[in-house]
Amino acid sequence: MSFLKKSPWILHYAATSCNGCDIEVLACLTPLYDVERFGIINTGNPKHADILMVTGSVNEESRKVLENLYAQMPDPKAVIAIGACALSGGIFRDAYNVYAGIDQVIPVDVYVPGCAARPESIIDGVVQALGILEERGKQRKRQRKVALS
Amino acid sequence: MSYETLALAAAFIVLGPLVGGLLAGIDRRLTARMQSRQGPPILQPFYDVLKLFEKDTTIVTSLQTLYVWCFLFFMVISGVILYLGGDLLISLFALTVSGIFLVLTAESTNSPYSKIGSARELVLMMAYEPMLIMVPLGFFLVAGSFRAADIAAGDPSQVIQLLGVLIGFLFILTIKLRKSPFDLSSSHHGHQELVKGLTTDITGSDLALVEIGHWYENVILLGWLYLFFAPLGVLWALPIALVLFFAEVLVDNTNARLKWGTTVKASWWVAGLFGVTNLLVLPFI
Amino acid sequence: MLLIAFLIGFPALVALAVAVAPTADLRSQLVRWSAVALAVGSAVLAAAYFRSEPLYFSVGEGLRQLLDLAFMIGGLVVAAVLLFSCRRVKGKEWAIPALIVLQTSLILVAELGPAHPVVENPFYVDGFSLLMVLIIGLVGGLITLYAIRYMRDYHAHANGVADRQPAFFAVVFLFFTAMFGIVLTNHITGLFFFWEITTFCSFWLISYSGTDEAIRNGYRALALNLIGGVCFAAGIVWMTYSPDLRTWELDTLIASGGAVALIPAALIAVAGLTKAAQMPFHSWLLGAMVAPTPVSALLHSSTMVKAGVFILVKLAPVFHGTVPGLLLALIGGVTFLATSLIAINQRNAKLVLAYSTIANLGLIVMCAGVGTTATLWAAILLILFHAVAKALLFLSVGSTEHLIGSRDIEDMEGLVYRQPILAMTLMVGMLGMFLAPFGMLISKYTCFKAFLTVDVFPGGGVLLLVILAFGSAPTLFFWTKWMGKLVAMPRREQPRIGAVPGEESFALLVLTAATYISCVLFPVVDWAFIQPFTHDLMMSGLIPVGDDSTPWETVLMMTLMLGGLFLLPLLFWLRPPKFTPISGYLSGANVAGSASYRGAMGAEREVAARGYYLTTLIDEQRLTRQGVLAAGALTIAMLAGTLA
Ligand code: SF4
Repeated sequence: MSFLKKSPWILHYAATSCNGCDIEVLACLTPLYDVERFGIINTGNPKHADILMVTGSVNEESRKVLENLYAQMPDPKAVIAIGACALSGGIFRDAYNVYAGIDQVIPVDVYVPGCAARPESIIDGVVQALGILEERGKQRKRQRKVALS
Repeated sequence: MSYETLALAAAFIVLGPLVGGLLAGIDRRLTARMQSRQGPPILQPFYDVLKLFEKDTTIVTSLQTLYVWCFLFFMVISGVILYLGGDLLISLFALTVSGIFLVLTAESTNSPYSKIGSARELVLMMAYEPMLIMVPLGFFLVAGSFRAADIAAGDPSQVIQLLGVLIGFLFILTIKLRKSPFDLSSSHHGHQELVKGLTTDITGSDLALVEIGHWYENVILLGWLYLFFAPLGVLWALPIALVLFFAEVLVDNTNARLKWGTTVKASWWVAGLFGVTNLLVLPFI
Repeated sequence: MLLIAFLIGFPALVALAVAVAPTADLRSQLVRWSAVALAVGSAVLAAAYFRSEPLYFSVGEGLRQLLDLAFMIGGLVVAAVLLFSCRRVKGKEWAIPALIVLQTSLILVAELGPAHPVVENPFYVDGFSLLMVLIIGLVGGLITLYAIRYMRDYHAHANGVADRQPAFFAVVFLFFTAMFGIVLTNHITGLFFFWEITTFCSFWLISYSGTDEAIRNGYRALALNLIGGVCFAAGIVWMTYSPDLRTWELDTLIASGGAVALIPAALIAVAGLTKAAQMPFHSWLLGAMVAPTPVSALLHSSTMVKAGVFILVKLAPVFHGTVPGLLLALIGGVTFLATSLIAINQRNAKLVLAYSTIANLGLIVMCAGVGTTATLWAAILLILFHAVAKALLFLSVGSTEHLIGSRDIEDMEGLVYRQPILAMTLMVGMLGMFLAPFGMLISKYTCFKAFLTVDVFPGGGVLLLVILAFGSAPTLFFWTKWMGKLVAMPRREQPRIGAVPGEESFALLVLTAATYISCVLFPVVDWAFIQPFTHDLMMSGLIPVGDDSTPWETVLMMTLMLGGLFLLPLLFWLRPPKFTPISGYLSGANVAGSASYRGAMGAEREVAARGYYLTTLIDEQRLTRQGVLAAGALTIAMLAGTLA
């Protein structure tokens, strides 16, 4: 059994979001939704995080930060893109300075649509990410075994 | 040292983390309830730590792992001494060494968040150390020994005699448990200005070891608290100690963080007002 | 007896030889082998009188008068030399010649008095003085070895400083004579004579570099130590003319107990306090840090300042259970508390060491003032552990300074990666200074126990305990902060620094080993040196019978901790965990793999993280003023208390 599923710690990064999605992400932590029920904790620290939640569209400035945060997360890890902006650039898609979706910068596992994404669907996205995380965990374990032998 | 205490010490090594983890779980649940949330399962802390062992460990410098080992080692030693019924002062020294190694862990990464955390942790250690030392001293003046076994077998009135010391101890217990208003060095809530402070750059299995160390620490602190009431018999002492222990959660949830200067001054004032006064008037009680 | 003569006389001869040695090379050889000879000599002395009862050596009538005469003339010569050195006094320093004249006239009043007391046994050995001999001979010898190379580098670094190395080493060896004299002589004017020589040596070595700062600090040290000297001389005058107590012998003074000996003992104690740099006299030791580092190690931490506490511990039976004794303990306590706090403010490594030295001496004074078996035990162990660990720290700082060109703690960042050996020696020294299971903590533990049972007046013991508790906390802070700097990952590639020269690293490694070993073997030290000493005092009823043995359980736990501190690094070294290195968290703004981040406008900035010096919490000036006032008042009260 993998405990990754039971204790996903989350890093939330707002690439250049309008903060609409961020408010929804934080709403998940409020008593109404209370994601800590599932062991989900919002850490502010990539080094402790298992799941990276990105909101907003990435531009050239935030790209470096995003890459860096992603690199600093220890494996196994998963990425969730939240909101239209993160998925595809959203309404800023045609702007000269944004990437059309964060998956052009880092690999994304789960896409949560919406403008803004609703807390329910965010939680749903996390649940989906858990499955991926677990799979990666197993993979990682095998890799370590191979590395040892 | 009897078979009983040997068994107790062995139980501490094996069951210490389990009890500590449970305490942490209950703590989180209580906190959630105070915030009218449902909160995580009681076993959540165990899930967290087991997960951390499944994760990769990254390091800034390989030395940090060594310091984490030392931190855990001395923490266990401290607890073993306490539960063997041994010398409280020595147990306290070991606890201090352990704390120093945690500070060194953070310092060795030399990253600003860890550094702020470790510097503040040191300030906190300086703040609580005098009061913490006064606890064994008070016990000695009452029970005539530094040994936990002798203290536990002391006079039931000792908690009355040491009321000031107890108040002082409860005050610094808030610091030791890293609760608000004294969670200056490493907050439970990572998404804020000092990130995770001390533990910011500790990951994976290292972080799990730190977490286990903290569980041990909580059991040790609970043991200290228990000693005040121990002569009343376990049926009274344990519930009282637990209630007081969890009263810290209430404090945690109803206070905002203080600045380090205020913290040091407040702790030293409390140590002076309650601890020292208590020790001074002890001969007359 | 011959051995004693050798230890006292031989360094003086070496001093002469060194001063006139024709070549630098010859001088180095001479210094090297003489240091070895001293170390061997002290070890032989310790072995010869191993676990012996205190032994007193009498000399024939002729020799006795010769000694009296020698001490008198010697004293006059020292006074003359000191007066001559006063030619550069400025401003308020005119008091120095006045003090010298005052002190010399006092001592002459005693010496030229009609029929001064006869000294039957001018020399002695006991467990404590043997241990002191060992410290002086072995630690001092190592420091001298270290100094040979250090001084050569020192002159290579310090341009504009006149190279007076022949005189330097001559004074160092003269100092050895004086130190051995202090711990082995029972003759009180002899003791005074040696005492004044150390004052002179300290003064000369502090002023060594000849800069204005050095000269001013030298005079400050001289002035404060002369205050002690005047008190000492006054004590001797009292002992010469007092109707109750007419003696020139230290052991008789001690044996007469608190009833009659309190006045001279308190006067001599003031001399001890000045030499041990206790508040209100402490400022000279801070100024003394301008001296070359081996001098700081030898005189100002390991040996000379220990002479101050040595005499206080010797006098402890007189003070035991008296109010002046408690006041003496409180002087130590005030010093311990204030200087521990002030040390947090310091960035200069040598000043941290200086403050911590003063603080630890304060702790020893506390023990001496209480004067029970257990505190004497603690005091003597503190002297030993402190001598070893502090010498190690000073020498390490000296080498570090030569290699990185700074003695600022902040500049020692990442020394673990730049010069692992030095970092290791520094760390062991620091661990030895404040952390379980090392020596200082064992002594502190005993202090706690011993102070709990002080009952001179109600609350006295608790007061000492509280001081100890509040003083230990800042100690923890400033050492750990420094250790943190040493182990910190360097923020950028640091220039590689050279290796520690052979002779220096030899001294460092031996001292490191000694720090470890002394805390494993402290029960042996206890058995071999301390028990014979305290046992004798107990037998003669000077201190109450007490149990100074450490419970085996404590020893077991300490050993376990020590083992852990040794095995865990070993294990780590043998099987290092293989984890992925990654740069520290910088909010994702890291510039690849470094400790820099992208700041505003894309500018690259290096992270800056400094240690906490808590200047808003602790005001050095104010605290010093308060400490000096409090300790000064206590000193006056102590002297007044003896009259009551
Ligand atoms: S998707 Fe909508 S709400 Fe979310 S960040 Fe973009 S614009 Fe804002």
